[in-house]
Amino acid sequence: MEPISPVARIAEQGQAVDIRVADVTKVFAGSAALHDVNLTVRPGELLALLGPSGSGKTTLLRVIAGLAQADRGQVFFGGSDATRLPVQKRQVGFVFQHYALFKHMSVADNVAYGLKVRERANRPSKSEIQRRVSELLDLVQLSGFDNRFPAQLSGGQRQRVALARALAVEPRVLLLDEPFGALDAKVRKDLRAWLRDIHERTGKTTVFVTHDQDEALELADRVAVLNQGRLEQVGSPDDVQDHPATPFVMTFLGQAARFNAEIRDGRVLVNGKPAPVAAPKSTIGQASLYCRPWHLKPVPAGHGYHQGIVSGIRRLGSMRRIEVSQADGKKLEVEVALVTNLSVGEEIGLDILDGVIFRDG
Amino acid sequence: MASASYLRLKQASVLPGFGVTLGYTLLYLGLLVLLPLGALVVKASGIGITGIAATATDPRVAAALETSFSISLLAAGVASLFGLLIAWVLTRYDFPGRKLLDAIVDLPFALPTAVAGIALAALYAPNGWVGSLLEPLGLKVAYTPLGIFVALVFIGLPFTVRTVQPLITEIENELEEASSTLGATRWRTLWSVLLPPLLPGVLTGFALAFARAVGEYGSVIFIAGNLPYVSEIAPLLIVIKLSEYDYTGATVIATIMLAISFSVLLLINLIQAWSRKRFGYV
Amino acid sequence: MSDLSAALALPVSSQQSVVTEKKPIRWLAISIALVFLLLFLVLPLVVVFVEAFRRGLEGFLAAFQEADALAAIRLTMTVAAIAVPLNVVFGLMASWAIAKFEFKGKSLLITLIDLPFSVSPVVSGLIYLLLFGAQGLFGPWLMAHGIKIAFALPGIVLATIFVTFPFVARQLIPLMQEQGTAEEEAALTLGASGWRTFLKVTLPNIKWGLLYGVLLCNARAMGEFGAVSVVSGHIRGLTNTIPLHVEILYNEYNFVAAFAVSSLLAGLALVTLALKSFLEWRHGADLASGTHR
Repeated sequence: MEPISPVARIAEQGQAVDIRVADVTKVFAGSAALHDVNLTVRPGELLALLGPSGSGKTTLLRVIAGLAQADRGQVFFGGSDATRLPVQKRQVGFVFQHYALFKHMSVADNVAYGLKVRERANRPSKSEIQRRVSELLDLVQLSGFDNRFPAQLSGGQRQRVALARALAVEPRVLLLDEPFGALDAKVRKDLRAWLRDIHERTGKTTVFVTHDQDEALELADRVAVLNQGRLEQVGSPDDVQDHPATPFVMTFLGQAARFNAEIRDGRVLVNGKPAPVAAPKSTIGQASLYCRPWHLKPVPAGHGYHQGIVSGIRRLGSMRRIEVSQADGKKLEVEVALVTNLSVGEEIGLDILDGVIFRDG
Repeated sequence: MASASYLRLKQASVLPGFGVTLGYTLLYLGLLVLLPLGALVVKASGIGITGIAATATDPRVAAALETSFSISLLAAGVASLFGLLIAWVLTRYDFPGRKLLDAIVDLPFALPTAVAGIALAALYAPNGWVGSLLEPLGLKVAYTPLGIFVALVFIGLPFTVRTVQPLITEIENELEEASSTLGATRWRTLWSVLLPPLLPGVLTGFALAFARAVGEYGSVIFIAGNLPYVSEIAPLLIVIKLSEYDYTGATVIATIMLAISFSVLLLINLIQAWSRKRFGYV
Repeated sequence: MSDLSAALALPVSSQQSVVTEKKPIRWLAISIALVFLLLFLVLPLVVVFVEAFRRGLEGFLAAFQEADALAAIRLTMTVAAIAVPLNVVFGLMASWAIAKFEFKGKSLLITLIDLPFSVSPVVSGLIYLLLFGAQGLFGPWLMAHGIKIAFALPGIVLATIFVTFPFVARQLIPLMQEQGTAEEEAALTLGASGWRTFLKVTLPNIKWGLLYGVLLCNARAMGEFGAVSVVSGHIRGLTNTIPLHVEILYNEYNFVAAFAVSSLLAGLALVTLALKSFLEWRHGADLASGTHR
């Protein structure tokens, strides 16, 4: 935005480095493990590590930072093997979930810490440190807060101090662990837009961990979805939403109903009827069809692919969602127009308009 | 009338028994603690400032007070330093026997002071297990001021360990990790990030150990040698004055000791209040 | 880039955690702590038992065949049997009032309850002499009515109560504060009486903390030296408690007997510590932490 932004200048001076995680495996007793994870972070991008709790996303972030060591595999920073590089030398900016601000230091001292602890030869002068601190506090919109203590700040302000502190050491990459996890909904929204803005201004390669798919899809250039220590898919928000690679990605990114299906003669059959979904080439046999609420349409009872009873109707923005209970007790959601003549208890049929097919097994 | 006055003092509650329990508490406290301490104040004020000054400047009294306070300061300091190290080791490191050591830290709380006193004297006497090892080095512990120091470190150690230990347990690992991602060495992290939040606790432990050390009697007298002007502590001088029926002299020394240890405790409370206000922790 | 390559040349242990010290430092710290605890705490404890049995079991037992020793043991038990229950009742009363209600002056009250902790044992004895001694405030009146408090059992009991005054209350107040008032309020709304609520709801919640408070109070009551020494008058066979008897034996160079009698109190201390560790291990949540002052 502003071409003379001081931190943008810092970012240009520091070389844009990509990060590569190769075959990383880590086995824990009790905690989230990682299995053969391969991931490349492109220079300057904003990448989200998305997954449920226990999926290993924070562990992966910590392996990149050097806070945890992989049992197997390597981590490359810009082509150099950094697997055995101690965390102090990795030049990563890490923002912790609970900020980990030093409570006994003022805001200014917190931000200056990374510069002050450098060896004498590399340490900037006192006035230089002061100048950088005030630039960074400007950037995170906390000018004038220099002499406050963390206990005197709100959650959102602490988060911003933590970010300024991480940026102060001119990191090759910024790593954020659940950056908005500890904040309330309204503050989260504001900070999201603000983080995007900071990223655009600094151009810093950034990886952040989140369990909130909306957050990942709204903020990130690319999203890496993890499940049980395995990387399920990496792609742009559109990619992962429109072309989910696995059933897990499909269901984790939003509401989806699953139907038993069969692939035969290049067609997808649901309950013996061909559905308007493209069948994967040269596959045959049992499969699962996943449908989003807008992939389904209510039709009169006796018609369509499946039968069910309307068990609930609620409004969702400019649409309505109806909840349909099926004979086996499973419930699914269907999106309909705001004005609808369906009522709770009514028997209906379900038509399939679209969906994503996965081979079983 | 009485019930109306306490109702205004206390916030409404459905639980019963406030009047009875508070009344009993105040009565018991008043009769057994405040009344006797009041007797000391009455006696001291009867003596007056000039009388107190006259006794306090008596060379033997002054020497005993100096011995008590200077060795207590030193012992509390050493106990704080090692207390911090021991608390760190017991909380942060895992090694065989850790639980046993942790339990034994409380020993001076539970072991009668006289027993501790004769045990330390036997141990550090020239023919004792430790004393006989130190003697060739020219170090005499028992029956010298150094013996007082040893006894007071023994007495103070649990205070210094137990006040820091909970603070060490509370340290979030994230703080250390944040410091290391910012490029700090382990030593720097210890010094700049981990130690400062422990200082209020170390200070509290120091003050408690000091207050206790100044008044300590049983564990000291057996190992001290009790030589006037050299290794005679103030509490012992009180006992000597009492055995000479010099209640005035005893009261003056007691008043001075109480005044100083209460000032120390007041100081701790002020430090804690300041630290809580500024950093949000004690 | 160059500093990265330089750093890469350094071999780094892959298991080095960032949240602890290097192994040699750790072992050095552990060794220092061990030696320190050995010199200051473990050896003094061991020496008590070794010296007690220096002349074998016979020498040990001989110490308890003396009439004065038995009198001292009897006196100490009597004193503890009076002082400890009184302080337990006080501790329960005070912690109920302080932990379950909000009122003005509460922190002052807590400070006052803590007061005996910061008074020298010798001074604790002295203040009772100033009240009840021959030259004390009530001395002449007591003398006229033939009541003996100083240099007699009542004085020893009073001094012991003073010295062990805060133990039970101090243990219970934080514990009861942590537990709040919700359970008691629930019991009352269900129609239980106040007394029944205390017995059936509050007491079970604090029983382990109470037990430890009682034990610590008892260990200190039986072991108190300075305060008792001042008020007792050291009358052999009459006003000598166990610790005072130890002092006499030690000053008479009867070391084996002194340590043998001491080993009783040391054993009591060990039982107290063992029970504390056991309670912390089994009922950690029911024992308030960090309540030592």
